[in-house]
Parts: sequence; C-alpha cells; structure tokens
Amino acid sequence: MMDALNLVAAAQVDTGDTAWMFAATALVLMMTPALGLFYAGLVRSKNTLNTFMMCVAAIAVAVVTWAAVGYSFAFSDGNGFIGGFDNAFLNDVGFAPRDGSTIPHLLFFAFQATFCIITTALVSGAVVERMRFGAFLVFAALWSVFVYAVLAHWAFGPGWLLDNGTLDFAGGVPVEMGSGFSALAAALVVGARKDYGRQALLPHNAVYVLVGAGLLWFGWFGFNGGSGFNTGNNSVLAFTNTLLTPACTLLVWFLLDALRGRRVTAIGAATAIVVGCVGITPAGGYVSPGYAMLLGALVALPCYGVIVYRTRTRVDETLDVLAAHGIAGFTGILFIGFFAQLSWNGASDGLLYGDAGQLGWQALAALAGPAYAFTATYVLLRLIGLVMPLRTTEHEEALGMDIIQHGEEAYATGEGAILVTPEAGVEEEVPVASAG
Amino acid sequence: VKLVIGIVRPEKANDVLEALYRAEVRGVSISRIEGHGGELDRVETYRGTTVKVGLADKVRFEIAVSDDFVQATIDALCNGARTGEVGDGKIFVVPLERAVRIRTGETDHGAVTPVGA
Repeated sequence: MMDALNLVAAAQVDTGDTAWMFAATALVLMMTPALGLFYAGLVRSKNTLNTFMMCVAAIAVAVVTWAAVGYSFAFSDGNGFIGGFDNAFLNDVGFAPRDGSTIPHLLFFAFQATFCIITTALVSGAVVERMRFGAFLVFAALWSVFVYAVLAHWAFGPGWLLDNGTLDFAGGVPVEMGSGFSALAAALVVGARKDYGRQALLPHNAVYVLVGAGLLWFGWFGFNGGSGFNTGNNSVLAFTNTLLTPACTLLVWFLLDALRGRRVTAIGAATAIVVGCVGITPAGGYVSPGYAMLLGALVALPCYGVIVYRTRTRVDETLDVLAAHGIAGFTGILFIGFFAQLSWNGASDGLLYGDAGQLGWQALAALAGPAYAFTATYVLLRLIGLVMPLRTTEHEEALGMDIIQHGEEAYATGEGAILVTPEAGVEEEVPVASAG
Repeated sequence: VKLVIGIVRPEKANDVLEALYRAEVRGVSISRIEGHGGELDRVETYRGTTVKVGLADKVRFEIAVSDDFVQATIDALCNGARTGEVGDGKIFVVPLERAVRIRTGETDHGAVTPVGA
C-alpha cells in the first residue's frame, strides 16, 4: 500500500523542477548559435556564414529527426543497443512525467532535443571550409539518428552502459566523445582543405571566438545543471562545478601557453573554457567541488597536447573537436571512475573510495563510445559519398563557401553591387556591369 | 627600371608570393582592391534584395625591378596566379622615371636591388 502511494507521488510533476527545466532547455538551445559564433570566428572571413549556418542547420535538421525517431531510439525501451519505436513521432510523450522524473515528459523531450542539436552542430567543426552544405544536411539528419541517438540510448536511455552503472551525468559519452571521435572520422573521409599545410589558415575574428566561448559557458549551466532534471543535490553540485572546473582549466591553459610561447593567448583561453566545460560534463553531479577543480586542471593537459600535435599531422580536423570534446570527455568519464564519492553523489564510489568496479565501467564507456562514434560516422559518410559529392571543387573552395553555397557575404560592402529589380529579374543585362 | 603591376585573384596571392620568392624577386607591395575585368557577375540575395556584384575582390602587386628581372617577375606572376578561368587578372609593365631608397638615398638600380644581393 505504501509502495503504491510512493509510486503515485513519484509520478507527480514538481513545479520547481519544471520551472528550472524550462530555463535549462532554453539555455542549452542558445549554445548552438553560440557555437556557431565560436566556430565562425575560427575560420577565414570568406567562410564565416557557411560555418555559422552549419550550426543553424543542425537546429533545423536535428529537431525534426529527434521528434520523428531520434528521441524514441534514444529513450524508449528496446534492447541495450538501441531503443524502439514506442515514442516515435512523439507517441505517448505528454504531460505526465517519464518514469523516475518529476517534469512533464514533453519537457524532458525538448531538453534532450537541445543536446542532439548541439552535438550534431559540434561535428561540423571538422569539415568546415570545404564540405557542401547539402551534403552536410543529409549527414546531420542521418548522424543525429544513427550515431547520437544510439549513444544517448547507451548512456541516458535504458541502454547497456546505464544498466551496468556507468556514470555519465550530462553526456560525456554521447555528446562529447560522440562528437569528438565522429569529427575525426569526418575529417578523414571528407579530406583536408586544399590549402591545409600549405598556407597559414588563421582565425579571422578572435572576438567572435571569445564571445562564443562565453555564451557557451553560460549555456552550459543549463546543460550540466539541467541534467539532473530537478533542483536536487546532484543538480546543485553539477551547476556549481560548471563554474569551478573551467576556471581551473583556464589557469592551467594560461600556464601552458606561457611555457610554450611565452604569451597567454585569447583563442587559447576560449578553447580552455570549452575544454573545462566538457571535462565536467560527465562528472558534474558525481564529484566533489574540490575534485571538480582538480579535474579542471588535469583536463587541460591531454587536450592541449592533442591540439599541438594534431596541427603537425596531415589530419585537417579543422576546429579541433577531437581535442576539445573527444579527449576532454574521455578524461571526464575516466575521472569519475577514480574520484566519484557516494557522500557527494548518492550513487557510487570511485576507485579512491573503494569501488574499482566503477572504474571498470567508466573505462569500458571510454572505449566503446569512441569506437562506435568513429566507426559509424566513417561508414555513414562513405555511404553518403557514394550518392553525392561531399565537398566543393577546389575552385569554389578558393572563392569561399559563403558566396558559393549561400550567395551572401558576411562582410558585404555594397561596393559594385547593382540592385536588380524584382520585375527585371536577375537574367536581364545590366549595362553598367559589362566589361568596358 | 620598371614597375610591374600585377592584379590577381586574392586566393592566388600566396602562390604568387611563393613564385616571386623562388624567382628571387624580393621587394613587393600588395594592396586589396576591387575591380572588374569581364568575368561573370555574381548574384547575391539579402532578405529579398537581389544584387549583381560586378566588382570582384583582387590583390594588386606592385614590384619595382631592374630591367633584367622584368621577365622573371612576369613569369612568376603568371605561374602563381593562373587558374585558366576568366578573372585570373592582368599584368602591366610601366617605365619608372626614378626610384629612391629612403634609408640610403640610392637611386634607380641601386634602390630596387635587394640589400645583400
């Protein structure tokens, strides 16, 4: 009798939790345009709009695929590998809470949709400045379903990692390692930019990069703070750790920059903010504030190393999604296995507090997630490549993707632009423009 | 002493610089310009406003060289800038009345010969 009452109580919507999740969902959605700004600043000016548009496109495509089947594959019952069709096309996704949560199922769906969007957008960082926009749309649609939803099922849904006790608070497996190792595969299949390794390809606006990183950090409070789906202790811990970890990453990054180049760089700082936020993503609700700060310091080291090493290779993983997300997510997932504390998280201890098994499951997630993401993305892009060209011609790449793919410029001056009246149409001869 | 003016595609500017370096032409000025040379107009649309952009971004090289270096400079510009499509640019060679190196007051041949050459 008591159990039945408890079940009814547990199934009720909590207004405080729900109010917070409204805000958190909006915060996470904002991260995708913020990422667009971050990425756009890192590319050359002729590719600004195309780079930003890949993030905008991720919103368009991933929301639709998520509502259609992605959410169902991730969060409905199926097998350990992938969910079924129970929630396809929002079937049974209503106002009643999902089992075990205190927020409306519909809101839970919306919150998870924003994760699928940002992860899909993240992968674009590997292929900017040469991938065709149309091919990216197709890739984003398929990737969001067959890579993201599958990994989300493993870690968040009733999948095999969750069932075996792997701790992943806000998406170290599906979001961070999922995007990072997919980005590596995408860079290998699409190939390097034609100028890569021949010319200096420099960020065209460092201020965009800093503003983008700042907005990402702001949004990340919703990302990590909302991943407890309530306003309880784990959420408070994750929220505060999202402040502590990136600050420590920043300081260590400053130090590494100063040791290597004698100067502290702004784009390095923007990168460090992202790396710190990624590092705490899986661990947010599971490690103490002190360990979160240690994680922030530690996570800088492998990511910095991979960024420095990657630019010396032929792999044009253009915006270092692997280093900033894949490697940082990997570090965060493993970190939980050592430093998780039952007294802080109410879930499990790590190796240092006597549970070696937890480390084992964390390590397995840290291997299985990247392996699936890399392999599935590689195969997916090869298949798409059979049907349509993945990249533009060298000539178009030289002109810039903004003009070729979108017919716009980010920094149009209007000089030499002749207004074409709608009646005349663009085909009519404009005498002024003909060669004199 | 001649002034060689080369107008090339911005995306080929690095290739031209590399070719000039290989040809041992050292003194170069470049500027970003806009121009029109008979290539097709580009059509852009901003929220329903459609425009034809008749001017394309170009990079102008200005290179003052002694007569012996004129052909090498022209070859370097051609090799670096050519894609075979309309819009590759032009080269103009004009006589220079005087050239002066400000630091030393050297004139003409001495002024355009790199230090140490």
